[in-house]
Amino acid sequence: MVDVPFDTVAGVPPAEVGEVDLYHPKSWWTRYVFSQDAKVIAIQYSITAMSIGMVALVLSWLMRLQLGFPGTFSFIDPNQYLQFITMHGMIMVIYLLTALFLGGFGNYLIPLMVGARDMVFPYVNMLSYWVYLLAVVVLVSTFFVPGGPTGAGWTLYPPQAILSGTPGQDWGIILMLASLILFIIGFTMGGLNYVVTVLQARTRGMTLMRLPLTVWGIFTATVMALLAFPALLVASVMLLLDRLLGTSFFMPTLVEMGQLTKYGGGSPILFQHLFWFFGHPEVYIVALPAFGIISDLISVHARKNIFGYRMMVWAIVAIGALSFVVWAHHMYVSGMHPYFGFFFATTTLIIAIPTAIKVYNWVLTLWRGDIHLTIPMLFALAFIVTFVNGGLTGLFLGNVVVDVPLSDTMFVVAHFHMVMGIAPIMAVFGGIYHWYPKITGRMLNEVLGRFHFWVSFLGAYAIFFPMHYLGLLGMPRRYHDIGETAFVPASAHDLNAFMSVAALIVGFAQLVFLFNLVWSLFKGKEAGGNPWGAASLEWQTPETPPGHGNWGKDLPIVYRWAYDYSVPGAARDFVPQNEPPAGLLAQGAGP
Amino acid sequence: MSAIILFMAGIAAIAGWWLSQQRLAAKPWLEEGVLVDLREQSGSSPPTAKIGLGVFLAVVGSLFALFISAYSMRMTMVDWRALPVPALLWFNTGVLVLSSVALQWAYTAARRDDIDGVILGLLSGGASAVTFLIGQLLAWRQLAGAGYFVASNPANSFFYLITAVHGLHLMGGLVALGRTTSKVWLSAEVIRVRLSVELCAIYWHFLLLVWLVLLGLLTGWTDGFVDICRQLLT
Repeated sequence: MVDVPFDTVAGVPPAEVGEVDLYHPKSWWTRYVFSQDAKVIAIQYSITAMSIGMVALVLSWLMRLQLGFPGTFSFIDPNQYLQFITMHGMIMVIYLLTALFLGGFGNYLIPLMVGARDMVFPYVNMLSYWVYLLAVVVLVSTFFVPGGPTGAGWTLYPPQAILSGTPGQDWGIILMLASLILFIIGFTMGGLNYVVTVLQARTRGMTLMRLPLTVWGIFTATVMALLAFPALLVASVMLLLDRLLGTSFFMPTLVEMGQLTKYGGGSPILFQHLFWFFGHPEVYIVALPAFGIISDLISVHARKNIFGYRMMVWAIVAIGALSFVVWAHHMYVSGMHPYFGFFFATTTLIIAIPTAIKVYNWVLTLWRGDIHLTIPMLFALAFIVTFVNGGLTGLFLGNVVVDVPLSDTMFVVAHFHMVMGIAPIMAVFGGIYHWYPKITGRMLNEVLGRFHFWVSFLGAYAIFFPMHYLGLLGMPRRYHDIGETAFVPASAHDLNAFMSVAALIVGFAQLVFLFNLVWSLFKGKEAGGNPWGAASLEWQTPETPPGHGNWGKDLPIVYRWAYDYSVPGAARDFVPQNEPPAGLLAQGAGP
Repeated sequence: MSAIILFMAGIAAIAGWWLSQQRLAAKPWLEEGVLVDLREQSGSSPPTAKIGLGVFLAVVGSLFALFISAYSMRMTMVDWRALPVPALLWFNTGVLVLSSVALQWAYTAARRDDIDGVILGLLSGGASAVTFLIGQLLAWRQLAGAGYFVASNPANSFFYLITAVHGLHLMGGLVALGRTTSKVWLSAEVIRVRLSVELCAIYWHFLLLVWLVLLGLLTGWTDGFVDICRQLLT
């Protein structure tokens, strides 16, 4: 069976870190608030991200109310509408998804999945959360400053981002940029931890090719984020200087309200390059952890080993590398050289290859699997469908000739909500339903969970499927009120109203989900240590929820990969990663 | 964007080299038993803190490569007027070289268990780094005194911005250096601080390298090279 040389001697001592390396909390404050335990930090990150995400959800309600029933809600004026779209986008992409996938899932799962006691730099990890929280507080504060938050759009394009016609020009934009700078500093602290922990703290036997794909996804996404976020930092700092000191990094010579501004000669295109050098990898920074999580979910809940594990790993690495050379496909309408457009269209389409490999492998994992339609599995299936949908419209938009007419229409909005809104959120929900029993020791309520899934999944399609059609009609994005136009028929307005009602219902379902999270914490069914019968290491902890230091006296030894499901001849339909092979078991090695 | 693309290519080469040693072609579904990881096998894996510093330097490197990219794109605009480089910068550069040398000396002293040498190296390294920072501030004042204000021309803006970002990184390094120095002072056991001293020295050499590249950019020496890079992409 085995054609690769390796060491199978019995009695391999477990890899052990020195006791001094582990930080021990001494008081309630250092245990639950200023904690250096990655699991507590993960929960702090998740609660903060979900709280600010609720703000963004309410903003999307307000936007949909305006779009669906224009003229009905007098309290939403055009400026506020722009502020809502800006804050909604920024919060969802950066403060919710990035923070939740890397700070939340990354912190909780990396040490447990690689068999470590904690992150390698726990103090820096703690700082990371507090700087993130500060960034969120600064962001929220923009709602209360004179002029309100910035309405520049989530891309913050200069020159309009800092001109007086844009809402939030006084304080909103300054605090927005400051908050981004803080976020990046905080993220860098956390990111260093996630990367170095995967590199250095893997337990004995946990080779890279035995890592669960969740870890591969989060690891690669973190490497990308560490390299890509500096671009946003540079752009933010320079834009902040343009706004505060009157420099002209990005600001061209222009006349505002009949007055020549103090700016001159700057290049707005330079900002776009910097922004999208961050912005495109950002898509994959939220997609790769989702890819990893989905791979693990479908393998566990279809009781089948992941198909093409090596290909999955290679594809993750390839996507990570390629995503740095596609950024200018966001800039086809910026007046760039046609050859540039050709180059970036080509790289964009090439990235579809490793992505398609992943989709095929998921489908082939499901093929003839023992599919359990548990809630995590439902979300995983929803992810695959949604990601394929969004990916296919991405192929449209990746081509210059198709992108140019569709640019700045609702088609683009529908595309990116499918591919990096709905799809990653499906992965987040699937992940939460899957790992909640490990985190709390209790199952989430099944009935509420299924209600949440079906309303969210069908509702999201009710919102975003028709939106493609509106985009094809030519309905532009970012408009407060489309008014009477020749190319938009009355039926499009009815469609908008329908989508808005769907959005309200989907938002309501998220409240049910939050209720379920709290209710199940106290009243949920006891889960036991491994309710799904999963093979990966985080389910093999001696305690559930895992205690401080994760493992007992000894770190686990890993004897196999994370996907030994339905192995012929095995006693159970899964073999935990830390279960020794039969030959070793006879010689006295214990799990 | 050629500077950052080149930088990313370098990072990709390092990552590719590392990945090539990780048995990525293994078939984990066939391998049962304890696999001794390359990291454990070699026995001389670098300490975790050193790896952490390496990753951090990649992030800082990416930050500066992006600044250089932005600089090289902005300098082609018609309003760009290169500013005269104050002679003081040459003195500052010399001081920063001295600072780096002193920390290297502290590191070699730490390897010899020479506690006095370590303290002397750390203190003189720190003092010359502070001198460098003061020198940079004086250079700013000279420029401002001569009418080169931050917002009056993009070349000026970039000069102030890039030197400030470099200075901030050095100040962060000084915090680490201060902590290391106090550890040496208090524990007097060289073996326990050897790694910290080494990390400080690496960080200093890195910042010196970054400064030399930035100096080449700010003085216009590397304009020819920047032009070549720009033509690569156009």
